Amino acid sequence: MKIVIGSGSCGIAAGAHKVQTAFEAIIAEKGLNLSVEQTGCIGTCYLEPIVDVVDDDGKKITFVNVTTEDARRIIDDYVVAQKELADLQISQEDLTMIGKQKRIVLRNSGIIDPERIDDYLAVDGYLAAQKCLTEMTPEAIIETVKVAGLKGRGGAGFPTWFKWDAAKKSPGTTKYMVCNADEGDPGAFMDRSVLESDPHALIEGMLIGAKAISANEGIIYVRAEYPLAIVRLQNAIDQAREKGYLGNDIFGTGFSFDLRIKAGAGAFVCGEETALIASLEGERGMPRLKPPFPAQKGYWNKPTNINNVETFANVPWIFRNGGDAYAALGTQESKGTKVFALTGKVKKGGLVEIPMGLTLHDVIFDIGGGIKQDKAFKAVQMGGPSGGCIPASLLDTPIDYAEITKTGAIMGSGGMVVMDETTCMVDMARFFLDFTCKESCGKCTYCRVGTTRMLEILNRITQGEGRDGDIELLEELCYKIKDGSLCGLGQTAPNPVLTTIKYFRNEYEDHIYHHKCTAKSCKPLLTYTIDKEKCVGCGACKKNCPVTAITGEKKQVHEINQDICIKCGKCFTVCKFDSVIID
Amino acid sequence: MSHETHDHHHEPGCGCGCHGDQPNPFAELNPVLDRYADIPGSLITILQKAQELYGFLSVELMRHIALETHTSIAKVYGVATFYTQFRFEPVGKYLIMLCQGTACHVNGSKQVEEAVMDYLDIKEGETTSDGLFTLNNVACLGCCSLSPVMMINDDTYGQLTRDKVTHILAELKEAAKSDAIGLETSAQEVTA
Repeated sequence: MKIVIGSGSCGIAAGAHKVQTAFEAIIAEKGLNLSVEQTGCIGTCYLEPIVDVVDDDGKKITFVNVTTEDARRIIDDYVVAQKELADLQISQEDLTMIGKQKRIVLRNSGIIDPERIDDYLAVDGYLAAQKCLTEMTPEAIIETVKVAGLKGRGGAGFPTWFKWDAAKKSPGTTKYMVCNADEGDPGAFMDRSVLESDPHALIEGMLIGAKAISANEGIIYVRAEYPLAIVRLQNAIDQAREKGYLGNDIFGTGFSFDLRIKAGAGAFVCGEETALIASLEGERGMPRLKPPFPAQKGYWNKPTNINNVETFANVPWIFRNGGDAYAALGTQESKGTKVFALTGKVKKGGLVEIPMGLTLHDVIFDIGGGIKQDKAFKAVQMGGPSGGCIPASLLDTPIDYAEITKTGAIMGSGGMVVMDETTCMVDMARFFLDFTCKESCGKCTYCRVGTTRMLEILNRITQGEGRDGDIELLEELCYKIKDGSLCGLGQTAPNPVLTTIKYFRNEYEDHIYHHKCTAKSCKPLLTYTIDKEKCVGCGACKKNCPVTAITGEKKQVHEINQDICIKCGKCFTVCKFDSVIID
Repeated sequence: MSHETHDHHHEPGCGCGCHGDQPNPFAELNPVLDRYADIPGSLITILQKAQELYGFLSVELMRHIALETHTSIAKVYGVATFYTQFRFEPVGKYLIMLCQGTACHVNGSKQVEEAVMDYLDIKEGETTSDGLFTLNNVACLGCCSLSPVMMINDDTYGQLTRDKVTHILAELKEAAKSDAIGLETSAQEVTA
């Protein structure tokens, strides 16, 4: 029997290490013959820390939201006394959430120990690479990826086979296979999860791709903000090298391929291929004109192919199960599965992998369990700073590259941030512009100055200083920035503004013309008053008011002087009796 | 790479980034420079390792790196300032990295930021006067399901509220205080 603890970054943040220490202490204290192991992230982040107890026949019971106290109960009651622990076990409903998914990229996440290559080999790891290297020609490999219909999962959705084919046909003996693991989209974390939970899937995918384009050197560009991912990936690379899956003469075929990690230093624009290459070369990560494409002139001007983590993680599965099996999933235009990071105001947040073609409603309500506290759904943000907000009226949109693009958002890397009635859409637009404005590399004037001007306007509107004509001015800037920017960052930066104006124009008008934020989120537009019925006169608001706008004797109803109030919201935050009303 | 002998005659205060006849104040960086200085494209890696060693990139340190890698100080400064990871001021004992990702924003990271600023009386990018805490806003940490999230040094804290943040900071403050007392006591023991 063994105890397996989910130890991805989310699990650890939720207390997985403390729980692990507790288990080890109890097991040592009782002298039990139990091993404690770790695994990656199963994706149900809202249930972390997650502990599996696996008996010798492989039967697994999952315990969720486990605390250090629960560890003792699991050992005493479940392991030793063999009693049921219904309150700690994963519910049927949560099992259904996992059951509704189709897990290809996440096939091993939360199941194997990411730090042991033998675990990966036990689930047929590296068999696909062996087949590709020993039995298949580069042409046949690319043909299989073409049949599968795999598209780049990093955002642009470009057919993977096409890129591989271009890099293969490009003349030259030195070529590079690069993985973009710089997951910069705020709100997406599937790549981190794959790196932490199943790093060998990425290595195997890159090895297959390297064979297809005849690259002998690979680089994985990982975000510096993902320290655990870097550690596990390095460990996996070392193990793969030791076993002969990386290095010279792999599988005795004479083919050589080796990998190294390059830690990124934090720049969203490095998600753009040419900027990423500049960064790999130790330069400022500024994009350049294409063509030439990286397939012709990439890293050190050699043919280079770049795919993202999720794209590579699909590859081994495709070769074990066939391109047809992959293409059988999804829609006519979008094949296979996609991983989404479902977050925000959704009940069951986490990573979900679904076949393309399910609707947004399926994902948010059937799998995600709907909106927290059963509030009203307002919008879902897809594609991060390059994407847009999709309103409730379009919840039946199928998840498909073309269909999502029609809404004004993009599939992107798979961030799905759910928003409810308390989220202000003007503030969301401001939030994304603040991001793109900071992350603009500064090369193109429209992107550098245009996003700054847009941010200034959005700041004004959310501060209650919007003017007649602001919406039209924003729209004009949006189209100019789209036309006048060199790379994807600038070309898509206006999307969050355009989609919120398109679907939530009334909110912009409320802010500008009526000085009202219906979501009650933009503080300068709110008024704070004290409910005479509820106020007990505790004095907490008065004590915390930074401008002494609140008056009232102890145990008497307090009052806010609107002329002095700076609308900081402290009184609302500190009131334990819900007596501060925001309007 | 010969960081022992420069290829020009150097003297105190010559301003080229060498150290005149003074001992090299960045000697700990020598192994890094030995390994990377001659590999093209390694500037970011060298800067990362330098920051790991010294906590931040001072002008002197960047000048030293420029000299040792035969690049201009403008190039080193240009690259360093492009990326958010690099810092140019010393940081406190505890570096607070407050996630500003989309999910955190939707779930109230602004209130968390306000709580930190209120409690420590510093703004984004500043360090407390006792040198204990530095507050930095960062792009998504990738723990969106636990939003709002922050990292303090290597530890991640999730599902933050105003109260929870204040509590965490108070505990760290307390821990730092007892560390300091502990050090003093052990120093006294040694002298005794």
